[in-house]
Amino acid sequence: MSIEVRNVNKRFGQFQALKAIDLHIQSGELVALLGPSGCGKTSLLRIIAGLEAPDSGRIVFHGEDVSGHDVRDRNVGFVFQHYALFRHMTVFDNIAFGLRMKPKRQRPSDAAIADKVRELLGLVQLDWLADRYPEQLSGGQRQRIALARALAVEPRVLLLDEPFGALDAKVRKELRRWLARLHEDVHLTSVFVTHDQDEAMEVADRIVVMNKGVIEQIGTPAEVYANPASEFVYHFLGDANRLETDDGPLLFRPHEVRLSTHPAPGYRTGTVRECRQIGPLLRVTLEVPGQAQGIEVTLGPQALASGGFDRGALLHFHPGEAPRTAYRTP
Amino acid sequence: MSSVSLPATASASAKAARRGNALGRRLLILAAWLVFALFLLLPLVIVVSEALKQGVGTFFTAILEPDALAALKLTLLAVGLSVPLNLVFGVAAAWCVSKYEFRGKSLLVTLIDLPFSVSPVIAGLIYVLLFGAQGYFGEWLSDRDIQIVFAVPGIVLATLFVTVPFVARELIPLMQEQGSTEEEAARLLGASGWQMFRHITLPNIRWGLVYGVVLCTARAMGEFGAVSVVSGHIRGLTNTLPLHVEILYNEYNHVAAFSVASLLLALALVILLLKQWSESRLAHLRTGAQP
Amino acid sequence: MSSRPSPVIPGFGLTLGCTLAYLSLLVLLPLGALFLKTTELDWAQFVAIVSAPRVLAALELSFGTAFAAAVLNGVIGTLLAWVLVRYRFAGRKVIEAMIDLPFALPTAVAGIALTALYAPNGPVGQFAAALGFKIAYSPLGITLALTFVTLPFVVRTIQPVLADIPREVEEAAACLGARPLQVARHVLLPALLPAWLTGFALAFARGVGEYGSVIFIAGNMPMKTEILPLLIMVKLDQYDYAGATAIGVLMLMVSFILLLAINLLQRRIARS
Repeated sequence: MSIEVRNVNKRFGQFQALKAIDLHIQSGELVALLGPSGCGKTSLLRIIAGLEAPDSGRIVFHGEDVSGHDVRDRNVGFVFQHYALFRHMTVFDNIAFGLRMKPKRQRPSDAAIADKVRELLGLVQLDWLADRYPEQLSGGQRQRIALARALAVEPRVLLLDEPFGALDAKVRKELRRWLARLHEDVHLTSVFVTHDQDEAMEVADRIVVMNKGVIEQIGTPAEVYANPASEFVYHFLGDANRLETDDGPLLFRPHEVRLSTHPAPGYRTGTVRECRQIGPLLRVTLEVPGQAQGIEVTLGPQALASGGFDRGALLHFHPGEAPRTAYRTP
Repeated sequence: MSSVSLPATASASAKAARRGNALGRRLLILAAWLVFALFLLLPLVIVVSEALKQGVGTFFTAILEPDALAALKLTLLAVGLSVPLNLVFGVAAAWCVSKYEFRGKSLLVTLIDLPFSVSPVIAGLIYVLLFGAQGYFGEWLSDRDIQIVFAVPGIVLATLFVTVPFVARELIPLMQEQGSTEEEAARLLGASGWQMFRHITLPNIRWGLVYGVVLCTARAMGEFGAVSVVSGHIRGLTNTLPLHVEILYNEYNHVAAFSVASLLLALALVILLLKQWSESRLAHLRTGAQP
Repeated sequence: MSSRPSPVIPGFGLTLGCTLAYLSLLVLLPLGALFLKTTELDWAQFVAIVSAPRVLAALELSFGTAFAAAVLNGVIGTLLAWVLVRYRFAGRKVIEAMIDLPFALPTAVAGIALTALYAPNGPVGQFAAALGFKIAYSPLGITLALTFVTLPFVVRTIQPVLADIPREVEEAAACLGARPLQVARHVLLPALLPAWLTGFALAFARGVGEYGSVIFIAGNMPMKTEILPLLIMVKLDQYDYAGATAIGVLMLMVSFILLLAINLLQRRIARS
């Protein structure tokens, strides 16, 4: 089931949340809407779901214009940021809810509903929790139950709003790998919203980078990382250095920098402001004359042994093979 | 906590302060008990003791007498009509206030609370001005032989007025706190508007509803000023229980007055228990809510 | 979580329509009638009615006793709230539950109970009588009755605020060398004052309009112990609807002005 967003605009009062958004999501794809808070990614997701009405524009599912459809007829699965589990219902009843709400003629029998719920609980690997209430579950468990509940009605597309936002770091990593695997199995067209670039890189087939209500770039994780379409994307996808040169500013990543203790052609000079070991890596911050912003350098484990990064030490650095001349600001 | 590093004088003065606190604490608790006993308990004791002054027999005669039973019936009628109506109103008002943003919302909330700040006597007066013999609709009503003021409909109207805010006031903050995402989730899963309300909203607000209804019942049962204005004070016809107490009292039939009063007191204590119970359920609901 | 008008949550028109219709019929239309009725009087007539000595005496009595009761509640309500929030002791649950009794008890019952208690031959009143003063049938009795019916207001508005002030704040102040009274003055008082004023205002507003609990204990002597709501009743019994209306409007106006003043005071405190 493909999703098409055609020229969607949305404003809240004075605030233009979405400006002329066009987006085509292929059938079976897992797409991340990535951007800082307030960039409009959640609004876009809610508009696709039908939870919010756009001021103008259309939403098309597999060639069928669903803009005018009521939310219950769009047949989307939606996982809320804080899960929105029904607090007065058991896990079982939560998952069964969508099936029980169906009109009498389409409603499966109680036995069929129970089978389906068990199957989904198995899928999210939480079969022993059927009789618990949401308040008795951990964050990660709630998240998976919310997913099972959304899948119960066999939606045409799956939408997830910051699916890992409310979890702690470790659970988060486990769950996103699990979600990526699940997507491979189920192969349901899925869109999720995140502000975390690692999450988007690790899970998504394609990333839609958004900022201030517009789409900055669409591409595979490798594409957007290798060829950021704008300075915003460059900064958002990873740590970035900005160096003022005679030919204008240059952008490059900390791991691309080469260091030398001797002056060499193409090398600039800086003094060590700080040196800090982060896990296996070493992060050196250099102070460069003529600019307030320091230059960050990350070095592999072998650099640890060599030493020579004491505060105030003089070093020479090269921006690496692929610095980009800074983007023209629109 | 360790006191090792503290200078000796400081820890001594801290101890003295703690001793002083303990004394102050006891005095304050004692004072609270005294206030409770004098202000709240004593009036209850006197109601019961005055009622039973001439024995249990006279007590039962007083509350089983036909006029008292008629008054009880009218009180139940006023409660039975005003509570469900205000319940429906309260849910509707809380729904539109908590689920949507619109212009003039705070004005609407103020309006819902307005009956609280109007003297009950004025609440009665306004209905006399509208529906009384000399009122704006008086002639129209008398032409059609409809009596509102000094009759049962007036009593119900006055009771409705003074109890308008109770349910809405309890529900609005509760529903605002709970937000709308569970309702949205239900709709996405295919629930109709009514199914969403019935299966999601109603269970989530039920303790708030019970609490509001309990408060509403207490006021409807005990309302005096507003009802007094619009009641014709006709024994057996337009007397509620509180008005019946007044009549008996003014006739110097104190034992009977206090007997009926202790019946109301017993109802009030039941209401307090119900209130306590729904309140604790509500507290549980709030702390048990999702993070 | 705030909610915007949402295309998925139905019922906006229905619920708003019902709410407005209900309020209009039950509250707005009748209150409008009150003000419409006053327009039948010209200004001079209105002034003549509300400046009659009997009305002025009742005005002073009603607002004076309501104010005194609110102040008294401000003190004992704070005491009760403090003890209930801060201490665990035998019978706490009973007191906690019974605080709301004045809200649950019909005011007429409270009225006759307090009268029996404080009348010159009553269990408490006789001591006062022995000392040569009256409680029932005097402004003091009215004040006590109003204190009883409005007792829960201050307690219930202060309690949650008091429970929310972390003890660490007090302990921190004490560690910095503040004595208990200084802690109360500089730490607790500023935090409690807005809620205290709200409770005070609620108690005061209710006290001014209160009828059922007062008329039994007041004695209802014109010029001496006759409250404003009773005066409205008297005018109504004389079929003087214009007079009753004028006094009603006067009451609403004075209450409104006072509540507005308290509101402004509250805002100023909140800002500083």
